[in-house]
Amino acid sequence: MKTTKKIVAVILAALLAVACFAGCSKGNDADASNDNGTAAATDMKVGFIFLHDSNSTYDLNFINAADEACDALGISEKNRIYKTNIPEGNECYEAAEDLVDQGCTFIFADSFGHEDYLIKSAKAHPEVQYCHATGTKAHTEGLANYHNAFASIYEGRYLAGIAAGMKLNEMIDAGEFKADEAKIGYVGAFTYAEVVSGYTSFFLGARSVCPTATMEVTFTGSWYNETLEKEAANKLISNGCKLISQHADSMGAPTACENAGVPNVSYNGSTENACPNTFIVSSRINWAPYFEYAITCVKDGKAIDTDWSGTIATDSVLLTSINDKAAAKGTKEAIDAAKAKLKDGTLHVFDTTTFTVDGKKLDSYKADVDTDANYEADTEVISDGYFHESEFRSAPYFDVRIDGITLLDENYGS
Amino acid sequence: MSKKQKTHEPLFHIAKRDSLPWYYSWAIRIIAIILALMVSALLTLFLTDENPISIFSTMIDGAFGSSRRIWNLLQNIAILLCVSLALTPAFKMRFWNIGGEGQVLIGGLATAACMICLGGKIPNTLLILLMIISSIAAGAIWAVIPAIFKAKYNTNETLFTLMMNYVGIQLVSYFVNIWEVPKGSGTIGIINQTNQEGWLPVIGEYDYLLNVIVVLVITVLMYLYLKYSKHGYEISVVGESENTAKYIGINVKKVIIRTMLLSGAVCGIAGLLLVGGTNHTITTTTANNRGFTAIMVSWLAKFNPIYMIFTTFLLVFLERGANEISTVFRLNQSFSDIITGIILFFIIGSEFFINYQIKFHTRKEVK
Repeated sequence: MKTTKKIVAVILAALLAVACFAGCSKGNDADASNDNGTAAATDMKVGFIFLHDSNSTYDLNFINAADEACDALGISEKNRIYKTNIPEGNECYEAAEDLVDQGCTFIFADSFGHEDYLIKSAKAHPEVQYCHATGTKAHTEGLANYHNAFASIYEGRYLAGIAAGMKLNEMIDAGEFKADEAKIGYVGAFTYAEVVSGYTSFFLGARSVCPTATMEVTFTGSWYNETLEKEAANKLISNGCKLISQHADSMGAPTACENAGVPNVSYNGSTENACPNTFIVSSRINWAPYFEYAITCVKDGKAIDTDWSGTIATDSVLLTSINDKAAAKGTKEAIDAAKAKLKDGTLHVFDTTTFTVDGKKLDSYKADVDTDANYEADTEVISDGYFHESEFRSAPYFDVRIDGITLLDENYGS
Repeated sequence: MSKKQKTHEPLFHIAKRDSLPWYYSWAIRIIAIILALMVSALLTLFLTDENPISIFSTMIDGAFGSSRRIWNLLQNIAILLCVSLALTPAFKMRFWNIGGEGQVLIGGLATAACMICLGGKIPNTLLILLMIISSIAAGAIWAVIPAIFKAKYNTNETLFTLMMNYVGIQLVSYFVNIWEVPKGSGTIGIINQTNQEGWLPVIGEYDYLLNVIVVLVITVLMYLYLKYSKHGYEISVVGESENTAKYIGINVKKVIIRTMLLSGAVCGIAGLLLVGGTNHTITTTTANNRGFTAIMVSWLAKFNPIYMIFTTFLLVFLERGANEISTVFRLNQSFSDIITGIILFFIIGSEFFINYQIKFHTRKEVK
């Protein structure tokens, strides 16, 4: 027994010594490099709150953008604090407060349910700037240090829709089906504005090049459910849809398309690796421009917009590279042309001359812009011949049912 | 054991130990923790470029680094301890209540229902009183359903309580969809944010002090209940042997049902503290797996409420510290899970060496 104890003691001592030495040298290196970086740029501290970690594509998109923006602004790794796996509860408030304690002057949270808790922290610390993606309360809350942001992803979807329309035209020309059979299928998560705005803009983009296009939409009732999304896509394909797109976060729909050999326009990022034969193009939101803008404002002591909406012109909305194997010829040229028009303001996605509601042109529409319990429509959003999406607040509010799109079901999550 | 015997002799065999003096068993536990830290340090060294010493100091900083973090630690200890205390009488009775998660959620759901449906319509004191009653009742009902089936039909309580969790989670998810603001968001947001109707009172400036005090009181009461009351004695007899209990005239069915009512009621209180006192909202993750973690707390403490304070502290400290690691070193959450896993593995493993000894078959025995 004594020998065993001695051996254990010796091993422990050795381990401790190794650990100490390794620690000292590495620690010093890291400090040195950090100090250099800080001296060159800024000593401002920024904090980010993420719902999950880099395993989630949604959060990864934010994390990458945060890194990109911090690198560009010279904020050292030491001065950017990323709190991951923060649930949408009091933990978010505690995380924000902890970031304030650590000296952050800019705090960002990425999930919708974080909003109330971020506001709670914002009220207590007027000297710290708080920014929140996808939220809706900044313009009614009246706090000088609390801000919402989103991006006009509908522009990206419109462009992706053009790629879809081109593909339909190509298939019609090849004699695969008749022009009046050009039906698109769309797998959505829930039947509310963010998704409605998305599928409508996608459809309008497709119809701008393929006038006979129609669309069927079905909802899964979940942001991430691979099985349901796959089943939904299969259902649409068997209904006769010639092309599928989706607004939900799993690989369900793209995989179903690859298996069935049906072209797919994706979302959140390229799915080309998994679907080399059917992936056409994908749109995504790029948050780096917003982070750079907001952090620069804090650094210079300027006010951040209460509602900031990134556009295609600010590079907040991006398309991935086009998969030439699946896309129709000339897709890139058509997208670039439309993109230039969107940028210079000659083209509007929700131009009221391009769609009808119940057979009539839409001249006036009140949208529910201010959050209230009864979902009362409160703001006139049509003027100058188009629906002003994401202008009265950053989060989408286009929820009009236009002609040509059939909803197979609706799902408000209950 | 003579070597001349022809039969094959294994290298070692395992024998049950007589009970060890307390200082001996604690020495084994401490050695286990030190070994666990060593293994984690080595792993850190090999898998990442981080300095293991700074990883551990970060853990300590994450748990105690500021007064806010200490309060957070206390708050998390309080809630986890509350759930563990709730499960303990059932475990002591050898009734495997795996349903803490659901019982806490249902208690929280009842609290949230009162806050949403009655907030502003009745005086605040009455509202809080109703919240207390309904959360306790909801938790108790959720726990007593499997207990009744166990008592009457001898159903398997492990499966039953486990499945009641999922029913509870689905119910919460259903009501979140009904109460969600705005529609489609899947979140309720802070309930009664403006008038704070139904928020449990805050003592002084300390948001979590009330929770800590309530749970401390429950801890003492539970200790006294299990150790000195007739009920507590009946629970341990039923746990040791149902037949003995029957023989000496204990109504086993009654004990099972009564104990599960208690177990569920205390879980309901945990739900009340979480929803009414801390979060002021409810989601399907409000209980945050505490119903399962509590099983480990209770077992590690050998069902002793006072020891449970230490085991809860250990687990919460590990969790807070591990979170801080993933933040500071930008390591994936999995890394802190690995560290926590290693440490728990050693601690649980040490219980084996406390209860059993390994006898090697050599001429002289070496431990």
